[in-house]
Amino acid sequence: MFIDITVSPGSTIKNHTGGWRTFRPKTDLEHCISCATCARVCPESAVKMVDQPDGKKKPQTDYDFCKGCGVCASECPVKVIKMELEKK
Amino acid sequence: MSKPQILEGSRAIALTIKNIRPAVISAYPITPQTHIVEDLARFKADGEADYEYVRAESEFAAASIILGASATGARVYSSTSSQGLLLMTEVLFNIAGMRLPVVITCANRAVSAPINIWNDQQDVMTVRDAGWIQLFAENHQEAVTLHILAYKLAEKLRLPVMVNVDGFIITHSYEEVTIPSEKEIKKFLPDYQPKPGTYLDPANPRTLGSFATPADYLEIRQELHDDLISALPIIKSEYEKYNKLFVTVTHPVSARGGSTPLKRGIFDNGLLEYYGPAHAKTVIVAMGSVVGTIKEIIDEKKSAGGLFNSGVGVLKIKTFRPFPAEEIVAALKNIGAKNIAVAEKAVSLGYAGPLEIEIKAAIQGKIAANVKNFIIGLGGRDVTREMIRNIIEKAASKSEEVEFVGK
Repeated sequence: MFIDITVSPGSTIKNHTGGWRTFRPKTDLEHCISCATCARVCPESAVKMVDQPDGKKKPQTDYDFCKGCGVCASECPVKVIKMELEKK
Repeated sequence: MSKPQILEGSRAIALTIKNIRPAVISAYPITPQTHIVEDLARFKADGEADYEYVRAESEFAAASIILGASATGARVYSSTSSQGLLLMTEVLFNIAGMRLPVVITCANRAVSAPINIWNDQQDVMTVRDAGWIQLFAENHQEAVTLHILAYKLAEKLRLPVMVNVDGFIITHSYEEVTIPSEKEIKKFLPDYQPKPGTYLDPANPRTLGSFATPADYLEIRQELHDDLISALPIIKSEYEKYNKLFVTVTHPVSARGGSTPLKRGIFDNGLLEYYGPAHAKTVIVAMGSVVGTIKEIIDEKKSAGGLFNSGVGVLKIKTFRPFPAEEIVAALKNIGAKNIAVAEKAVSLGYAGPLEIEIKAAIQGKIAANVKNFIIGLGGRDVTREMIRNIIEKAASKSEEVEFVGK
């Protein structure tokens, strides 16, 4: 028996690491200044700046991969991101 | 055909590695192996070798660097001793678990505390369980042989191999030795060619060293264990092949013509080597350079204080992992040993010498013999003929106590 102990890349496409989250970031988009700091600092690249109807860009979090580390909330210059306890 | 030379043990090992042509070497200096890696660095600096020589900030780094390089499908090398070996321990477990064909020389040295730079085998005993093939050299020529054999086994079996040489005794002394040339080595050891999909390659991406949950880990470890056990006959057959191509004289005593004709029951099968009469009431079991000293005494006439024709033989364990239990039992049975004196340069503190523990377990219920443990040579304490004679006298003692022989 030969057990293959190497793994195909991209296993996180199947394993959504967002399942590890305890706190979930909640962004107040009305008061967000579109500075994109949260998108830049996210260690998972789970925050993307998305075009809005008024031409501005606002952050959108992919909760499949957001691990709830809170770096976005910590770095937001206008403190519009709150970390809320994940409800399951 | 290469000519014999008088070389320092470290130099002999370095020249052998140079001719084996690894692609990446990374090492950190530590007495008494430093000469090996200094020589390898000098070869590179002088344009005599083309390997990548990566200076590492510690042994942990050096081992990690060669783990990574090996994972890309490259042949690698490092060397260490004692504290350095202990520092890279975690990486050694990773290398074995990842089934990488890494070869490392360990110039056996005592471990702190107290601080001691001289020879004993405590260092390698602490990594007994890591999943590496563990080979032990008696002298310079055997050190050369075992390094070449190591790469052949590692690359064939996907198992890392550690070649143990007694620090200072082998590394810093001069002996006659024949180093096979690069061309000669190639006849025995082909270029390393791992299967596509088993190493890091942008063209065929795989992840190595990943996670294994409780659902998978046990069988993966079992496979590593089973493959180590299956390596036993392969070590024998590869050693036989090697013997046909190269000089492997490991009995310089007998090679000199021997001082006395002996009714020899000598055999050497790659796992074990026996030197002495065909039947011997007392057998000393030992590993490494001390076996050379024991062979001298076995060949010496009684009138000179020796043990010639005294029914004493020495069983040298060349391959310690995988442990050749069956071979050992068969050998001791054939020899008819009644008193087995296990003399070793390490102690599992709080119980007994690791080799003795394993010998006792191997022969349990199979051989009716007295097994006595002698701890010798710790911290470079010179092992003398007097001590060996002392051990042989005490071999029949029924006392279960572990005996430290310091004088």
